Amino acid sequence: MSALLRRPILAAAIALVALLVLLNTIIVVPETRQAIITRFGKPIYILNQYRPGAPLGSAGAGLNWRIPFVDNLVWIDKRVLDVDMEGRQVTSTDQQRLEVDAFARYRIIDPLRMYIRARSVDGLQGALVPNLGSELRNELGKRPFASLLSPEREGVMENVRTGLNRVAKQYGAEIIDVRIKKADLPTGTPLDSAYERMRTAREQEARSIRAEGAKTAQIIRAQADADASKIYADSFNKDPSFYDFYRAMQSYQQTFLGDGVTKPNPTTMILSPQSDYLKQFSGH
Amino acid sequence: MTRISWRLPLRLPTRLFADGKGPWGGGEPDDTPAAKPSPPRSGPNTPPPTVTEGPWGDQAPRRRPDSRFGNGGALDDLLRRGRQRFGGGGPRDPNSTSLRPDGSIIGWAIAALVLLWLVFTSMHLIAPQERGVVTRFGRYVSTLSPGVGITLPSPIDKVRKIDVEKIQTIDLGSEESETLMLTGDQNIIDIAYQVRFNIRSPEQYLFELAQPDETIRQVAESVMRAAIANVTLREAMGDKRGEIENRVQDEMQRVLDGYRSGVLVQGVAIKQADPPGAVNDAFKEVSAAQQQAQSYTNQARAYALQLTAKAQGEAVAFDKVYGQYKLAPEVTRKRMYYETMERVLTGVDKTIVDAPGVNSYQALPPVLRSLPKEPAK
Repeated sequence: MSALLRRPILAAAIALVALLVLLNTIIVVPETRQAIITRFGKPIYILNQYRPGAPLGSAGAGLNWRIPFVDNLVWIDKRVLDVDMEGRQVTSTDQQRLEVDAFARYRIIDPLRMYIRARSVDGLQGALVPNLGSELRNELGKRPFASLLSPEREGVMENVRTGLNRVAKQYGAEIIDVRIKKADLPTGTPLDSAYERMRTAREQEARSIRAEGAKTAQIIRAQADADASKIYADSFNKDPSFYDFYRAMQSYQQTFLGDGVTKPNPTTMILSPQSDYLKQFSGH
Repeated sequence: MTRISWRLPLRLPTRLFADGKGPWGGGEPDDTPAAKPSPPRSGPNTPPPTVTEGPWGDQAPRRRPDSRFGNGGALDDLLRRGRQRFGGGGPRDPNSTSLRPDGSIIGWAIAALVLLWLVFTSMHLIAPQERGVVTRFGRYVSTLSPGVGITLPSPIDKVRKIDVEKIQTIDLGSEESETLMLTGDQNIIDIAYQVRFNIRSPEQYLFELAQPDETIRQVAESVMRAAIANVTLREAMGDKRGEIENRVQDEMQRVLDGYRSGVLVQGVAIKQADPPGAVNDAFKEVSAAQQQAQSYTNQARAYALQLTAKAQGEAVAFDKVYGQYKLAPEVTRKRMYYETMERVLTGVDKTIVDAPGVNSYQALPPVLRSLPKEPAK
């Protein structure tokens, strides 16, 4: 030991080698990863493999070991992963187009198969994306446009999931679900004509609202006229001849003196002494 | 061997190699490390400035320029200190005796450091809103509740504190940019909404999803799109907003539970649900039309009210007068006649003509007066 102390660089070198060996022996498997141990390229065992329903912290993750420099380690993600597909156009049975963004969530349940068939998560993604696109197009292309808007309602997405899962299984993955993130009309003519349709529909609505308003107003007025007429009739009909006299008096006053608001034009009256009003003039 | 080490400083401007050689090469020929440097040490005293000096004696005079220009000085110091620690230096350097720490002090210091390390890495203060997720060599062990949690020290156990009470928000769509969605009646709506969530199960949140936040965002988008596609534009903009919010919240929770995300969706709020900018004018036109229709009916109602009130007033007035008239018809009639005539004739110009011999030449001043003045002149 003292000889070693006297040769620090040698000591450091030995320590370094020991550390290297240790690092290559000990494997710290985190909860989020699965590990494939290969010996001379041949897979021997899998650490922390995903098991459905197993609670977190059950055997697998944690400290493990391997033979240094002989056993190789391949990490495979254990978590729920995501594959995205953007801007895929699908055509409905009634020849309308829709631009769809979709995603699928999956988990690698058989890391070994995934490693053999796809090598890495990126490779798996590369295999899944085109399949997701074609599954979607197949399923959605069987339907009229109206039902494309809410494909969840008719179990379309479940079909897509099943179809994609068939592919994913070959790569040791399991599709948890497939969902449509966006379903938009393609820009250009389809979108513009949809806008045009919305606009004309609104214009039509505006017109009908206005017409409806005018109609209601007219009915209200007519009803008011009728009501007033009835009120007058009910009252005046008690004595038509008195009404005639009463109304005449009001009318004279109104025409010659005004209603108190506007001043009537000056009037000149030429009266005969024989008139009813002046009949007492003669003094009989 | 010694010769080589002596010559080396001659050829190499930095004495790095020579110094490095010191503890290795120097110690080798005679087993005692202190024995070797003594001859060169006595050397410099006799012929002071010769460059052929050994590396040890040479140090003192040459150190100053070196340390000033940085090339070898700091490294020299470091190496020297290293040598002292490994016992290679010995008492040759007069400074080394004061720098060399006592072994027991080092021991105590290391013990104290280890103790501090243990205390700081095995005791964890978890705030009331936090949970501590403990992993032992990467494997999930337990979740610490608020308070002081004890774990194994650091390289073995690791604790990640996760805030489980904080309501996090994700905003989708904004007032500036349009987020368009198709409604069930194939109209387009511009929507902006916010999802509030917190972490219910920190260990699941940490370990089950590759990109938790991105996942929540995508699920929100997808679920909202599905909800909007199930209602009409009018419903989405108006009375069904609350229903949509609830439906999206429930559905999001269901999907996220399917991923074992450990997230609890607290709520979804639709901040904006408007027609897209391209057709906004047409929608404004509709509300303008609604206003207009409203004002039509308002005017009509006002008219109706006025008319009925007038009719009622007049009817009541007539009834009252008629009631009096019935009591004394002849007198009342005459009285009303004279009173009216009085009022009427007071206010007008009167000419009384004894008909039938009306003088046609008679000037009628009131008639003239009633004519406009300008043309009369």
